[in-house]
Amino acid sequence: MNNFDMTGKTFAPSRRGVLKGAAAIGAAGLILPHTTASAAAQTRGGTFRIGIGHGSTTDSLDPGLWEHLYVQTFGSARHNYLIEVGADGQLVPEIAESWSSSDGQTWVFPIRQGVSFHSGKAVTAADVVASINHHRGDDSTSVVKPLLAAITDVRADGNNVVITLEAPNGDLPYLMTDYHVPVLPSADGKVDADTTDGCGGYIVESYEHGVQATLNRNPNYWKSDRAWFDRIELVSILDPAARLNALITGEVDLIDQVDPATIGMLESRGVARILSIPGNAHYGFPMDSRQAPYSDNNVRLALKYALDRQAMVDVILGGHGAVANDNPIGPANRYFHAEMEAKTYDPDKARYYLQQAGLSSLDVTISVADAAFSGAVDAGAMFSETARAAGINMTVDRVPNDGYWSNVWMNPNGNTAFCATYWGGRAVEDHMFTTAYAAGADWNESFWSNDRFNELLVTARSEVSEELRREMYHEMQQLVSFEGSTIIPMYNNYLMAVANKIATPEQISANWNFDGFRCVERWSMA
Amino acid sequence: MRIALGVGLLFIVSLVIFGATELLPGDLANELLGQSATPETLAALREQLGLNDPAPVRYWNWLTGALTGDFGVSLANGRPISELIGARLGNTVFLALYAAALSVPISLILGILAALWRNSIFDRMANAGALTAISFPEFFVAYILVLWLAQTGLFPSMVRINPTTTFGDRVYMTFLPALTLMLVVTAHMMRMTRAAIINLMASPYIEMARLKGMSPLRIVLRHALPNALAPIINVIALNLAYLITGVVVVEVVFVYPGLGQLMVDAVSNRDIAVVQAVALIFAAAYVALNLLADVLSTITNPRLMHRR
Amino acid sequence: MGFAASVILGLAALFAIAWALRAAARATFSGQTRSLAHDIPLTASFGLLVIAIYTFVAIAAPALAPFPEREIVGGQFQAWSAEHWLGTDRIGRDMLSRLIYGARNTVGIAFATTALAFVVGAILGLWAALVGGWLDQALSRFVDALMAIPALIFSLLLLTIFGTSVLTLILVIAAVDATRVFRLARAVAQGIVVMDYIEAAKLRGEGSWFLIRREILPNAMAPLVAEFGLRFCFVFLAISSLSFLGLGIQPPTADWGSMVKDNATLITFGDVTPLLPAGCIALLTVAVNFVVDWQLHRASGLKEQ
Repeated sequence: MNNFDMTGKTFAPSRRGVLKGAAAIGAAGLILPHTTASAAAQTRGGTFRIGIGHGSTTDSLDPGLWEHLYVQTFGSARHNYLIEVGADGQLVPEIAESWSSSDGQTWVFPIRQGVSFHSGKAVTAADVVASINHHRGDDSTSVVKPLLAAITDVRADGNNVVITLEAPNGDLPYLMTDYHVPVLPSADGKVDADTTDGCGGYIVESYEHGVQATLNRNPNYWKSDRAWFDRIELVSILDPAARLNALITGEVDLIDQVDPATIGMLESRGVARILSIPGNAHYGFPMDSRQAPYSDNNVRLALKYALDRQAMVDVILGGHGAVANDNPIGPANRYFHAEMEAKTYDPDKARYYLQQAGLSSLDVTISVADAAFSGAVDAGAMFSETARAAGINMTVDRVPNDGYWSNVWMNPNGNTAFCATYWGGRAVEDHMFTTAYAAGADWNESFWSNDRFNELLVTARSEVSEELRREMYHEMQQLVSFEGSTIIPMYNNYLMAVANKIATPEQISANWNFDGFRCVERWSMA
Repeated sequence: MRIALGVGLLFIVSLVIFGATELLPGDLANELLGQSATPETLAALREQLGLNDPAPVRYWNWLTGALTGDFGVSLANGRPISELIGARLGNTVFLALYAAALSVPISLILGILAALWRNSIFDRMANAGALTAISFPEFFVAYILVLWLAQTGLFPSMVRINPTTTFGDRVYMTFLPALTLMLVVTAHMMRMTRAAIINLMASPYIEMARLKGMSPLRIVLRHALPNALAPIINVIALNLAYLITGVVVVEVVFVYPGLGQLMVDAVSNRDIAVVQAVALIFAAAYVALNLLADVLSTITNPRLMHRR
Repeated sequence: MGFAASVILGLAALFAIAWALRAAARATFSGQTRSLAHDIPLTASFGLLVIAIYTFVAIAAPALAPFPEREIVGGQFQAWSAEHWLGTDRIGRDMLSRLIYGARNTVGIAFATTALAFVVGAILGLWAALVGGWLDQALSRFVDALMAIPALIFSLLLLTIFGTSVLTLILVIAAVDATRVFRLARAVAQGIVVMDYIEAAKLRGEGSWFLIRREILPNAMAPLVAEFGLRFCFVFLAISSLSFLGLGIQPPTADWGSMVKDNATLITFGDVTPLLPAGCIALLTVAVNFVVDWQLHRASGLKEQ
């Protein structure tokens, strides 16, 4: 099964090969298919009710438009993917039995046989091809279209799916784990994007958009050691206090986004426990580097020294997170640069950089809304307070949640150059950097462009030497941290509260919230 | 005439709402793609959703559809709007009637008693109690009720109903939201009842009745109340309209699937077809209630009938 | 329970002071002021006292508050202590100072909003009722159309379009409130304009403005005053509800409505912190309406007690 065997055997990478830009891909050793040992005896049965702080009547069933925890969890309950990210971060084959590539450019995924959709239709390679193609092409509206843009061809070859890239990229299997790309049933090469049919562990019984969904266990599920509950109920509870109340009164068993301020009180009730999972997710304040005064790196550094990161972790996250050093690569990433000089709150240093920029004081406006991240308005107020001591007069502009991402973020009107942002973190460094830091990237929220960084980014993709690759990623992190235009004060833990009657595995995925959205199939009744 | 006015009013409402949603920053495509939007996907999505037509064209398309009874489909997820609204409309009306059934009799009785025993301890206490209840924000009243009545296990802290829920279960599960709303609207109606009655107590005909030796209760019920009905009916109509159209906060706190939440969702997603449909329902409810109030006021004050 | 006890004690103390002041006023003044002081019920003098205290606190906020409004002076949600009498808030600002500054911001905003709403709404409403005909129809239908849109959702729309500065907030809430006032004023005035004395004044050739000011308004005053008392308090609630839906006052401005919202989850665990700003609102609401009731009573011309 484990036929991804390319380290040194299929082709011999060499330093010279890399420099020539020849076919060589990186991270080879990392992307091994991996099977987790089956967990200790888990009990079958029970109903798992989840209260989620998202959900809207306008939620779409189209996976290309999924963007929040409700649809993500709902998707994972009814669908399978080509590849799953295991709780330990390793890739686990799902609908793809394995994967292999001889050159990093053409990838072959044999499709698991004997798996069927809830409708009874067998899962075929054609379904997988159509599912991927749903996110490609001119008329695709999928949010992952840019990420899959490097794919030049997807075709079925018997039971195999063959994906061809425009350039070698060793991280392709990671892209196939993206939650937007489930395997959907297809007809005539097209998927019905609005179907609730899938090949996952639970069959949809009812779905009221923005209210609730109920699912029953798929009796024909191909995984024998998964999907323990008989029934799943997903309830959308937008109000934090209502979520807490629902958990306390026993009406739901799991909630997300627990208000950090109430964690102590919740724990003392003894009905539920807190799961605080460190990941790569982070909160930040991007500055439009095209616009004065943020175009001056000294100003950016002044601002970076003008906030109290530890206080933010303590207050905004209630301690459930870690101080970040303006680095979007988190401790859960492979090449995390832990030895960078830490930036602490230092008004004198901030003043020094202001002087370097030729300024004696600075007036800035930060646009914040809790839509960016929970606590963003408070974080802005804290930032403004600490900045004052450094001679920076920061006005906090609380903007409406409504329309935040279209009207404020990425400075579309030229008057919100400094705002707040949230990133879910990415499993691989390249993914994060390419998405939000590469020059000209669609989501480069600070419009930052650094030649050295861009050069390293391309080189690292095909570098095979572990050591060199690490060096490159460390240098990139150094650049982003000290010359970049995004202030990243903290990594936020995934914070959830689960009723005591639910058993959770020892290791919970740091990949995404809710055990990588897989709590529905990995967890069970206690 | 009245009906025509009502229809004209609905037309104005649809124009105002359409205009306002047009002025909102961003459009449906932005909201659907959110942080993940790229110029390319935005363009593709706009094309698919027909957002590239000029605003008047889109309004015209919507209007012609609505006139033929076809409110179209939700742009965001392609579901028919009638289906989206159906069950929620029933839920909203149920909650409104429930809250009204609790609050109207209570506020009338309290208002009349307060007017009768004006300036007594009872008057002061009823007043202060009602005022305290409304001076707490709705969501806060709801939290306190949940703390007292749900965390103790008496009532559920959230409402999970679907079309198959029995009436009895509905009444039980919806008690806390209805109680919250009752606390929110009672003070207004009660105080108006009291004020309207007291306002008439110095009138010569009341003086006359008093001199005739009528009992205070009889004076209030037979002489003052009928003449005070116009403002009272108006306030009740306003509050009923509020119970139907304005309870989004209570819906959010109790996870109650009503129209308010649907409308806020649709506004923030710029799903204009849904916004329009819900706004029209709200407007129609409002128009109908006010019509009723006007008619009732006229009946209670015959002089109004002979104007000009 | 300590909290409940101190609340009751505090209220009792306020009542005692109000009683003492009234007694003092009766003893000190003569003539009309004295008869006023004689008439005033205890509840109204309590209301006046509370309003006076709030006004004083609002004006003297910077002198009274132990800490600045926006400064972070401690940790998150510190307990009540000698240094921070009411503890600290979510990001470590002094709760007492925020409450004191909140008096200034909240009461100021609420008063400006309500006054504006009443000036616009009442004048238009009385005018519409007086003139009748097409003007009445046009204004009423327009107001009906605006009122037919749920207030909270309409405010949300307008604030999202026009931004969330304090001025916009005042204008938007006032605009929404004015429609309600218009409707009430018109309804009340309709009962008055058919009275004989209005007909008589019209025959005398009095202008609309005179009629509104001298004939209708005094007779429509009672329900309008009652409405004012409630509308005033609804402004706090509107701000609070808006902040529940993610809009509201700009930070770091302290405002009671937003403070209730910010701390609201704590009530789930029986923590009294959010009760403090809510209590401030409630106390003012009750006080204002006690005074309103007293005025209402005087306006009604009823002399019996």
